[in-house]
Formats: sequence, C-alpha cells, structure tokens
Amino acid sequence: MGMTMAEKIIARAAGVPETHAGEIHTVTLDRLMSNDGTTHLTIDMYNQLKHPRIHDVSRLVWIVDHNIPSDSIKTAASHKKMRDFAREHGIAFHEGDGVCHQVMMEQYVRPGELIFGADSHTCSYGALGAFGTGVGCTDYLYAMVTGTSWLMVPRTLRFNLHGKLSPDVCGRDLILTIIGKIGANGANYRAMEFGGEGLHTLSMSDRMSVCNLCVEAGAKTALMECDEVALAYLKERGREPVALFVGDPDASYEKVYDIDLASIVPVVAKPHFVDNIVPAEACRETRIDEAFLGSCSSGRIEDLRTAAEVIRGRKVSPLVRFLVVPASREIWMQAAEEGLLDVFMEAGAIVMNPNCSTCWGSCQGVIGAGETLISTGTRNFRGRAGHRDSFVYLADAATVTASAVAGEIITAEQLDAEEGGERE
Amino acid sequence: MKNSSVTDEFEGRVWLLGDDIDTDIIIPTEYLALPTIEAMKPYAFSPLRPELAGLIRPGDIIVAGRNFGCGSSREQAPEVIKALGIRCVIAASFARIFFRNSINNGLLLIENADLHDAVQEGDRIRVKAGEKIVAGGRQFPAASLPDNLLEILEAGGLVKAMRRRNGLED
Repeated sequence: MGMTMAEKIIARAAGVPETHAGEIHTVTLDRLMSNDGTTHLTIDMYNQLKHPRIHDVSRLVWIVDHNIPSDSIKTAASHKKMRDFAREHGIAFHEGDGVCHQVMMEQYVRPGELIFGADSHTCSYGALGAFGTGVGCTDYLYAMVTGTSWLMVPRTLRFNLHGKLSPDVCGRDLILTIIGKIGANGANYRAMEFGGEGLHTLSMSDRMSVCNLCVEAGAKTALMECDEVALAYLKERGREPVALFVGDPDASYEKVYDIDLASIVPVVAKPHFVDNIVPAEACRETRIDEAFLGSCSSGRIEDLRTAAEVIRGRKVSPLVRFLVVPASREIWMQAAEEGLLDVFMEAGAIVMNPNCSTCWGSCQGVIGAGETLISTGTRNFRGRAGHRDSFVYLADAATVTASAVAGEIITAEQLDAEEGGERE
Repeated sequence: MKNSSVTDEFEGRVWLLGDDIDTDIIIPTEYLALPTIEAMKPYAFSPLRPELAGLIRPGDIIVAGRNFGCGSSREQAPEVIKALGIRCVIAASFARIFFRNSINNGLLLIENADLHDAVQEGDRIRVKAGEKIVAGGRQFPAASLPDNLLEILEAGGLVKAMRRRNGLED
C-alpha cells in the first residue's frame, strides 16, 4: 500500500521503511521552534530537571514575536529570561525579525523535515513540504531534552486543487472556504494534504496562508507537494530539500476533496468562529472600528501589495484605526523599497514593526468593549483581540483594506463600484 | 499516603459547556502575563461565563460538546482547568494540541459524544476512567487510554513521568 506525505515524513523521522495511520512512533525532530508565548514556561520546567541538557542545540530556534517590543515589565522579564537562556546555550535567537512562522519559512524550514513548534500555527511549514505541528511547552521540553517525541500517524484528508484562483481572490479565501465547508474540527487529528495541478498556480504566499490556517480546522499538520515554485523559493534563500515527498496515488486517504479554484470568492469569517463563513460582499452595513493587516497568516509582501493598490489615493476612514504590520523584517524592507509603506502612511494607516500584534490580542491594537475589528489574523474567537464583548471578522487583505476606507465591511470591488473608481 | 489513581471511580458535579470551547475562552491572552497559574484561575472561562471560575469546586467535572480546547497551543489552558480542581473534562471531542497538553499536565480527558445531551448542569455523575460514566441511571462508555498515556497521567504529567521513569522522583 502506498503512503501519504505525512506517513512518509514520519517514517523517515522514525527510521522505519513505512508507517500507516493510527500507528504510534517515536520520532526524531529535525527542528524545534519556540516563541515568547510560552518559552519562559519551558525554561522554568527545564530548570526543575535534575539533569538538564539539550539534545542538539543546533536544532533549536527561538523567536520573540508575540510581544515585541515588550509592553510591560512582566513581558520584559519574560523576554530577558528567554534571551539570557538562548545566549548561554547558543540557541539561534531572533528578536524583531518577524512573526515566528514567517521567519522559519524564510530562514530555516526544508522540505521533508519534521518540526515541532510551541505554537499552533506551526502547520504553516507544509507550504515547503515539511511536517510542522504545534505542541505545548511540555512536549517541547521533552523534545528539546531527548531530541525525540511520540507521534500518532494521522489519517489524511486529500485536497486536489484544479484550475486557478481569480485575480481578486487569494489563498486565504481558499482555506477559509474549505474550513467553512469541513468545520472547525473537520480535520481534527488529521493531516490536510494538498496537490493537483491547481496547486502549481498558487504563489508561496498563498500556500503559506492555506497551510497556516489548517489548524483552524483542527489539523495536526498541512502538507503541500513541492514543485518548481517551492524549490525556487528555497533556492533563492540558499537551502536544499532534505527529501521531496509526494502522496502516493494508492495511499489510503480518509477522504478526497476536489476543489475548483475558480469557484472561490472573497469570504469573511464572522464572529466568533473561524468556520462561520459568508461571502464578503454579504457583510455590508457592518460598522468597524479597527482594521488589521498582518500576521503569520496574511502579512506578506503580496498582501501588502494588494492592500496598497486598494488604498492608493484614498484615505482611511476617520472612524477607523488601520494597523499595517508586515510579517517579517524582510517583508517590511521590501515594502519600504517598493514605496508601499509610504502609501499606507499617506492614507492615514499606522505602520508597525513586524510582530504578532492585534492577531493575538496583546501588545498592539487591542480593542475595547463593543468594538469591531476586521482582520487578516488567524482567529476570531470571542475576546481574541481584546474585550469579551468585542467582535472580530476575518477577511483577506483587499477586503480588510477596503473596509478601512469605507468604515464598514466592503469588498474592494464593491468600493470601486460605489466610488466610480475615483481617487485623489 | 497513597495518592488517588486516575482510574479510581469518582463522583462529581457537572458544569455544562457547549461546542468549540477555545483556548482564548479557557484563559484569555490578557491574563497569560500573570506570574502564576494560581493568579490566572479567577479568569478561566471569563469571556464566556465570568462567574464560572468562582463557582467551580475541587472534584467538579466539565462536560462539553465537540472540539473542546481548539485554538492556540497555550499550555496554561489545561493547567488552569487542573488548578481549579476540575477532576476531568468529558467532551464529544478534543482539539489535538489541547489533548496532548492535558495529558502532559496530568488532566484526565474522556471522549464521549452522547453525555452532553444527557446531563444538566449541577447533576452529579460517576466516572470510572477507561470503563464507564453513570449519569441519572444511564451508563455511557468511557474509552480507555493507551498505557503510555495512563503512565503520564498517573505520574501527574510528562515531566513527572520522566523523573519517575529515570528513577529521579524524590
């Protein structure tokens, strides 16, 4: 019997010829990412061990991204603990370089690797054919000390993509549409594997968006077959694949979905659930107080270009704060070079340093009671971006930006139609 | 004194929650900066039911719908539930990161799809992990956990299990 991508990567990591769904294997981790959300807890537990040691320090990457720059004395103390420990042990350490998953994709992830990240959106690495999965700080500690962990081989849902997305639609709309279809636990404990000729038409940015949000359907990991687009991204950054795996045609898939990319439209996830999906154009007359463009899900240069096109020659509504947060230093500098940051600043937006920002409801852009946010972030749970009686709508970069201009939820197309395409 | 075992039968009072109870509800981001789990306790479940944490007593049981614990990997979520004294969470299904984090922190989870619709808040139910749940005269199955996970639960979490396994327990 053939194997899925997840089965192949786990087989490699377990040092066995093959694995199949349901088996439990002890695996060796290729890489271990942790951020300032929980690393201080890992360090506290590490210091309680009687014989603390790090199995292989070269596999660790620590990234400060959730509260950077620190916003309180408590945060400063937590960062100092992380920074001091990283320096003492020689752990690769990033502070201010961007959101952890974006930094990992730019600088570390290689196809075929098995990676634990102490963050739920670690499944983003599937865009480069790596098995990334989120764990808590205790699982992280165990892997850091022993170099290993146990994993149950997940069943796989296969998504065959066909055709091509329309120009006004991006990967974020695709994955939100899929989550709306299968539900917030539709892929619980499963791997979501993407292939088909339509995959080749997706940019790396779209692929990262898709893989990133798979955890919002409950997925253990997301995996995409590597093609020329993925290999070119890797080569540009001077890295080589560990192994290039594809799902076998005779592998055992729990379910196979065929998705026509041309059928995808801009969508919105309404409060308070990521699977509460409606077409974006059906949300008119929803007033907003804040708009957020950023996050590991959708803060890449492609998102910023799209947003800049929408807002060029327009102004942010006086009733709205519009936060623009490029996902990494690389993206921030690219956006500056292309003049995009000028466009946002001229329009009245607030441009911030690369970090998790409003997406996780701390550090920047927290919203108050009764306020409504439209966001390219990862989640719209109740209270996610601030007060328990606030509201978060998730949308793509174009819709978020158009809404920042209009002061209510509106698609870029609707905004163009209403303004007759007139700009300053 | 011998500690009680996770497989001992016990009785507890039910708190009833719905589907998709996410980790931001279990412990919102703004309280994660508090120095200890103890300090976070009053804010558990506050976006949904601000009064709940103050009403929970040691030995109580949470019964919930599907996808309990979805969302972030924050380990403070199972930790705060355990710190409140919740003896176990019984849900129709659990999100996978929360599941691992709970076992790693010694919080017993039981999957049962039917119990949620068969009990009311305040009911007292009897639980024998790995065997059965008895509620209002009706019996529901409580599937057993694999031995390696039971070992972790028995020890009170993964770090304690490592110490015990390596003969390092005090």
